[in-house]
Amino acid sequence: MNLFDAAFWSRFQFGFTLTYHYLFPQLTMGLALLLVVMKGIALRTGDRRYDEAARFWGRIFGINFAFGVVTGIPMEFQFGTNWAAFSKFAGGVIGQTLAMEGMFAFFLESSFLGLFLYGERRLGRVGHWVSSLLVFLGSWLSGYFIVATDAWMQHPVAYTTLPDGSVQLSSFRALLTNPWALWQYAHTMSGAAITGAVVMAGVGAFYLLTGRAVEHGRLFLKVGVIAGCLFSLLQLFPTGDGQGRLIAEHQPTTLAAMEALFNTAPGAPLVLIGQPNMAERQLDNPILVPGVLSFLTYRRWGATVQGLDAFPPSSWPDNIPLLYYAYHIMVGLGTIMLAVLLVAVFLLWRGALARTRWMLWLLMLLIPFPYIANTAGWMTAEIGRQPWVVYGLMRTAQGFSPEVSAGNGLFTLLGFMGMYTVLTVVFLFLVRREIEHGPAAASTAAAH
Amino acid sequence: MATLWFAIVALMLVIYTVLDGFDLGAGTVHWLVGRTPEERRLVLRSIGPVWDGNEVWLLAAGGTLYFAFPPLYAASFSGFYLPLIMVLWLLMLRGISIEIRAHVDEPIWYAFYDFLFALSGALLSIFLGAALGNVIRGVPLNGDGYFFLPLWTTFRVTGSVGILDWYTVLVGVMSFVTLASHGAYWLALKTEEPLRGRARQIAAVLWWAVALLTVVGLVATVWVRPAVLDHYSRPGAGWLIPALVVAALAGMAFYRARGRDLAAFLASSLYIAGMLGGVAFAMYPTLLASNIDPSFSLTLANSAAGAYGLRVGIMWWVVGVLLAAGYFTYVYWSFRSRVSASGEGVY
Ligand code: HDD
Ligand code: HEM
Ligand code: HEM
Repeated sequence: MNLFDAAFWSRFQFGFTLTYHYLFPQLTMGLALLLVVMKGIALRTGDRRYDEAARFWGRIFGINFAFGVVTGIPMEFQFGTNWAAFSKFAGGVIGQTLAMEGMFAFFLESSFLGLFLYGERRLGRVGHWVSSLLVFLGSWLSGYFIVATDAWMQHPVAYTTLPDGSVQLSSFRALLTNPWALWQYAHTMSGAAITGAVVMAGVGAFYLLTGRAVEHGRLFLKVGVIAGCLFSLLQLFPTGDGQGRLIAEHQPTTLAAMEALFNTAPGAPLVLIGQPNMAERQLDNPILVPGVLSFLTYRRWGATVQGLDAFPPSSWPDNIPLLYYAYHIMVGLGTIMLAVLLVAVFLLWRGALARTRWMLWLLMLLIPFPYIANTAGWMTAEIGRQPWVVYGLMRTAQGFSPEVSAGNGLFTLLGFMGMYTVLTVVFLFLVRREIEHGPAAASTAAAH
Repeated sequence: MATLWFAIVALMLVIYTVLDGFDLGAGTVHWLVGRTPEERRLVLRSIGPVWDGNEVWLLAAGGTLYFAFPPLYAASFSGFYLPLIMVLWLLMLRGISIEIRAHVDEPIWYAFYDFLFALSGALLSIFLGAALGNVIRGVPLNGDGYFFLPLWTTFRVTGSVGILDWYTVLVGVMSFVTLASHGAYWLALKTEEPLRGRARQIAAVLWWAVALLTVVGLVATVWVRPAVLDHYSRPGAGWLIPALVVAALAGMAFYRARGRDLAAFLASSLYIAGMLGGVAFAMYPTLLASNIDPSFSLTLANSAAGAYGLRVGIMWWVVGVLLAAGYFTYVYWSFRSRVSASGEGVY
């Protein structure tokens, strides 16, 4: 494939704008859950600190949500602008999930967000909790419909092919209960919850380390560390494992490429570190754990796992090293986060967490990790699906808009990049201000 | 079934224009109605809790279009590539300027976001109108069902046309004026003096422009695409839509003069619904006309998605739209009072 043709820029632009968009929803979805929990605790125990904490995180949530909305709008239309041939081909099926996302999720979210953010006094305590629940429901529903869309591209089900080559829906129920969608949803949502929890714990650690808002800082730490630990476990098992076994079953080429397994072998090893060398078709400087890959995929130590040599190179993902690194970064960071959070929960249980400065440092520095892991996870899924845009049905090279030239694609890509650079600066500036002002200021602001 | 989905998509676009139209219009007249940062803040407060929900009608309409007519979605979104992406940029700027302005208490911060809000609102109303103009005029759809339009060529409506020609610019101006006046009616309804008085004054001046452009636009449309009259010349409901538009125009002037802000705003909504409904009625059953060869045009027959999918869709769509109607009623009811400097609100 020519690197600088129109298809390249379409892919680049779509991947770039989506990756950027996803930085915001993952925190939205994670915080939405934690907000419901915190407001629920406040409601049950009458503990005002939880209300104050919810107000503070509500403000951060509001800023984050606004950026998620504005970066999400382009996504809805880029299927048409950049992937016209794919849209024409697959619209009869995935149009369902995309349209349902608008009708069921976005209306719900956008309607109740305003009430949640600005209606605390008007709604009363129970009403305000309900509004947070509805916002949570909206954002998690939105996640389901979009993941179901992606899952259909990974593992197409419930379709019939028409004489003109397009696919049409044949079973609504089968589309919505695609096993790929269920596992992918569980794993993605758990990943979002990790982002919310780790950010909350990290900000709490920052407050304790700097000696301000100590009271609230402890609370953030507690909620964040417990939730983070719980969801990190779920991330590994059963959800990550479930995803892996689906891939082994339905996308064996992807599995071989993710693991950089060049040769078919019984008792295949798990790669911890190593650099894929595409010219020699081998892994340089490997550190391996024998038999583990076979066990993870087939539950038998000696099972044979197909390597890349079992498939023609034309069906290999087109960027194997990137795929391999993305996958290993996700798993590596997931393991590190789990280890840190387990120790943190242990310290919390012993009542020593707030005093253990090295752990507070670690938790604060952990904030970028879930973002990187989530991004790397999506890169694994999307690059792993290559060279197909719809696995087994349509090649990526056939999916882009035939009339959009490389020059136009580059023009709009540069525009997005410029715009997103500015957005990043404004976002960081605003969030920093909120953290600077702290939870107490958030509560007085809400009282106006 | 396909006809029903045509009506649904058209309805959703009308709702979008009526609802988000007042957000955009409020942006356009923002600087005229609000003179100080405090007053401009009130303009934002009047749309703050609802603008995102309003915009979702565009997303939902886009999704529904994709779902019901995939080839139309594919052709139009890739064909209008450049202007569409610019619309996306403007939508982003508009959303950011509303949400971000109140976060920092600094005059130059306000000034910048007020400017951005006004600019994006004004440009968006022009762009959306120009897009409608393109759909009415027709585009160079080829036999594969695709086209690509440059931003402009010679500004003539025949030959190798661009997105902007004298006709589409005219429709863009119409849309600009109509939505600005729509926004003014909204602000008259939602604010107190002195903003309310200014908004009504603007609406009064713009009324003449709207009325004049309605006539000019009609003549131009018939000249550019004579086929639009086909449906209207047949006996039947064809006279209803023009009657509605005229009545709505009269209502706008009548109720405004009597200070009945809600009725005037509803008349303005009715005017927009009538104009857009009239276009949809004239186009049916063509979705996007080809100006190369009429047989390349996208119609209901060659664009609708599979029958099973459309049937299932009706069921969830009805549920979804009822739910949405419920949320909107509740939210508009909750924020029904006029905004005032002393009231609650964060914007
Ligand atoms: C905090 C984020 C995070 C963490 C720590 C992990 N993952 Fe993950 N992973 C995701 C976030 C994520 C994700 C962003 O949610 C992805 C992208 C697409 C998807 O379905 O979920 C994903 C995809 C994904 C896939 C599918 C790739 C494809 O569809 O081709 C597999 C096999 C795993 N993950 C497995 C794991 C394992 C075994 C982990 C062990 C630690 C793990 N993930 C940690
Ligand atoms: C937020 C999570 C996601 C991220 C970070 C992401 C990232 C990417 C990246 C990096 C690419 C480029 C792949 C390449 O060119 O090799 C890509 C392509 C693509 N993705 Fe995703 N993606 C995400 C979710 C989705 C979802 C939910 C969908 C569908 C609903 C989707 C549909 C596509 C399509 C259509 C392409 C273009 C075809 C291709 O090159 O594979 N993606 N995405
Ligand atoms: C091609 C893929 C995607 C499209 C077309 C898309 C579209 C959109 C749109 C249009 C919005 C704004 C809604 C509004 O105005 O209220 C939005 C926000 C959102 N999106 Fe995406 N999105 C995509 C990828 C994803 C993914 C992969 C996820 C999660 C798994 C996700 C979750 C959300 C959530 C939770 C929101 C709410 C706003 C926020 O969180 O900031 N989206 N998206």
